[in-house]
Amino acid sequence: MASETMANTIVKTETKEDVARSLAKKMRPRESLIQGFLFICGAISILTTVGIVYELSKEALLFFRDDRVTLVEFFTGSQWQPAIEQFGIAPLVLSTLVTSTIAMFVALPLGLASAIYLSEYASSRVRSILKPVLEILAGVPTVVYGYFALTFMTPLLRNIFGSDVVQIFNTASAGIVVGILIVPLVSSMSEDALHAVPDSLRQASYGLGATKLETAVRVVLPAALSGITAAFVVAISRAIGETMVVAIAAGAGPRNFEWSDVTQNYSGTPFNPFTSAETMTGHIVRISGGDISYNSIDYNSIFAIGLMLFFITLLLNVFSRRIVERFREVYD
Amino acid sequence: MADQLNYPEGEALSDQIARRHTRGKIWRSSFLVALIIAILVLVSLVYNVVNQAFGLVAVENAIDPAVLVSQTGADPATVSLDELTKDDYVEMLQANISTGLGRRLERDQRFYEDRLVFDNQAAWDAACAAAEPAAGCLLPARDTDNVYQLVIERVVEQRVIETWFLRDSLLRGDEIRAEFLAENPNAEIEFRSWLTADFLTRPQSSRPELAGVRTAIFGSLWVVLVTLLFSFPVGVGAAIYLEEYASKQNIVNRIIQTNINNLAGVPSIIYGMLGLAIFVRVLGAVSSGYLFDYASIENRQNSLINSMESNFGITIIIEDGDVTSAIEGPNAAFDLSVTEAQLLVDEFTTLSWRNFDIDEVDASVIVARGLRIPVSVETDDNGTERLVPKDDSVMTAANFSLLSREMANAAKAIDNGRTVISAGLTLGLLILPIIIINAQEAVRAVPLSMRQASMGLGATQWQTIWNHVLPQALPGILTGTILAMSRAIGETAPLVVVGASTFIAFDPNGPFSKFTVMPIQIYQWTSRPQAEFRNIAAAAIIVLLILLLSLNATAVLLRNRYANK
Repeated sequence: MASETMANTIVKTETKEDVARSLAKKMRPRESLIQGFLFICGAISILTTVGIVYELSKEALLFFRDDRVTLVEFFTGSQWQPAIEQFGIAPLVLSTLVTSTIAMFVALPLGLASAIYLSEYASSRVRSILKPVLEILAGVPTVVYGYFALTFMTPLLRNIFGSDVVQIFNTASAGIVVGILIVPLVSSMSEDALHAVPDSLRQASYGLGATKLETAVRVVLPAALSGITAAFVVAISRAIGETMVVAIAAGAGPRNFEWSDVTQNYSGTPFNPFTSAETMTGHIVRISGGDISYNSIDYNSIFAIGLMLFFITLLLNVFSRRIVERFREVYD
Repeated sequence: MADQLNYPEGEALSDQIARRHTRGKIWRSSFLVALIIAILVLVSLVYNVVNQAFGLVAVENAIDPAVLVSQTGADPATVSLDELTKDDYVEMLQANISTGLGRRLERDQRFYEDRLVFDNQAAWDAACAAAEPAAGCLLPARDTDNVYQLVIERVVEQRVIETWFLRDSLLRGDEIRAEFLAENPNAEIEFRSWLTADFLTRPQSSRPELAGVRTAIFGSLWVVLVTLLFSFPVGVGAAIYLEEYASKQNIVNRIIQTNINNLAGVPSIIYGMLGLAIFVRVLGAVSSGYLFDYASIENRQNSLINSMESNFGITIIIEDGDVTSAIEGPNAAFDLSVTEAQLLVDEFTTLSWRNFDIDEVDASVIVARGLRIPVSVETDDNGTERLVPKDDSVMTAANFSLLSREMANAAKAIDNGRTVISAGLTLGLLILPIIIINAQEAVRAVPLSMRQASMGLGATQWQTIWNHVLPQALPGILTGTILAMSRAIGETAPLVVVGASTFIAFDPNGPFSKFTVMPIQIYQWTSRPQAEFRNIAAAAIIVLLILLLSLNATAVLLRNRYANK
């Protein structure tokens, strides 16, 4: 009763609009505090990025400032041997290139074909059986794929090509398994893109007498091209950043070479997939996995490699987003 | 009319249509082949793991059980090793293992309630009176079965000398037996599952037959707990901010959103380097626990000293309880030649004693960071001088390298942030974008009418979110979080960089412990050249996959259950 009379007196002295306005303007410290806290939660992601760029750059700068390192040598040298103060990143980058290229040759056809089948051909029953397989593959930890590469793929390759040709640690095995690992990524992103193409396009195509294949490849695929391209670019970035498989199966120790080898001597080239090599990520893991003392040139050098890796993958990811934004076909 | 198309008619037309349909069918099956390959990969992945986790093994005993039986006076022809009495087993242990090992076993758990077998009464009483008494002081004595197991492990010392894949074991088991036994008459061949209950409950070991994943499982649980405590509130908070509060026009909010999307694509190893630089190095004093609780560091030192003493029979002295003062403080006056000092330093450097500074050395004691080890210099038959621990009855070469490794680890633990909390926070940052993106979707899916109804009744924005939006979005948020957790459990590379320890003797017991996790354990076992380590790596993979599959199944069930409503 008391509150009712209170409310009545308020209404008597102020208009309803006044009350509404005063309630809207009322300071609510708890609300603002909560909003502030939630903003900080969001801002942590920015801090993470700043932290990554700052820490990587700081250590990388220490590395490049060192008398034993020159920028020119870093980018053009073909030997990575910290022990004798040789810091050319090419052996690591080229090995990454080899494993990623092999991976893409596996992942693109398999992923795209799976996506087309799931999106265009499969009945909903078949889909419900096959899709979980891809999801399980996507959920398997990368270290298990590493084990698979070393204990299954490598012996398989050695059986096929001969164990004198294929070394125990080799980039081919690592690359193929990295490819398998990113098939689910390619396939699910591509399938989403294919799925987003409106049915009216397919029906129009059938109406003109096209077969299912012609519709899928000549109508649906081009319409979904931006999404599929984005999937490919993200997949490349994932392949470059993949670590455990190459750390386990590709070998320990950079594959140093001479630039003249590239053109003259096949087995010595940095591109031979059957010999052991160390990628950028593999090198970081091996060096940091041992007892590493801070402020040493080894410690700083992995941050220089990390910075490079970060920018390569960041560029690829931003690029893929741009593709989607710029070239997306908008229907309706 | 050059442009006029030439449409086929009649028979040509039906031929063309048939051709087009054939092409369609061929491609259709090739698309299907891609999926079948994916299934085959999954099958071969599982097959490969199972193939290595089970199979025939050839084992050889260090001492023939029959000999042991006959030593007790029983007839090996009628009595087998497992039929003897507890006293017999204890005598076998006394006759065959070192006193140091025996003392350690005794401190883990006594052999008899009323008497000590290996330890002397004074040392035992001291160990029981310590702040952290030895486990054996409190536990009841070992039973017969327990002592029998010790005999099997320590005296009979069964060793695996050869292993076979499951496929070969099943298909040509008899052949393998016949061939192998012909060459190795002392060996026995048995079928072994490397995945056993013991495998789950045993701690790490340098011997694959005795190694287990208990420390790794505990490590994974601790790390994931820290990850969850950090990333769940922060991730959900960020998602709510972006969906409910942030205006899409505001540049800061747009940057946050873009940034989260980009972070999701950063390779995990980069997060490891961030964790190494920030959590391990910059915040080392915090993440090692040093800042909060100096006493706990002291406790850790003490427990190390205790373990050294009981494991190796070596006395370690930390002077004044302060590490630095022991380095600078006066030690006994040493009379040491330069060559001897050099020899000691060399020996320790080769033992990968890398984070240890050898501060002072003498012929009888090594003082490194305040840790003293009694040693002596011996000359072997070849004339090379070697550093040998004084009490060499309990120190084999393997023990000695174990000791140096453990001490190096302990030294790192004292002032090093390579702990559970660093790893947990690193993984927390890693899965944060995943949690945010999933939670955003879940929050977005809550119908607007719900918010309007709540606000229309006079609720504030936070009341609306807390009472209506969050409960509605919770299943979606939880599903995303569980998926992110399973990602964190399987993650390896960032933790290698942050610095999971290679060898952990004790279970991690808090956020400031050293740790190892399941995937790291698998990685290390896989990297070893011996085949038996591949076998236990396969067993560990099965454990990890079962854990992850059940987590993912929970997420799927959760999703389906609430999607139907």
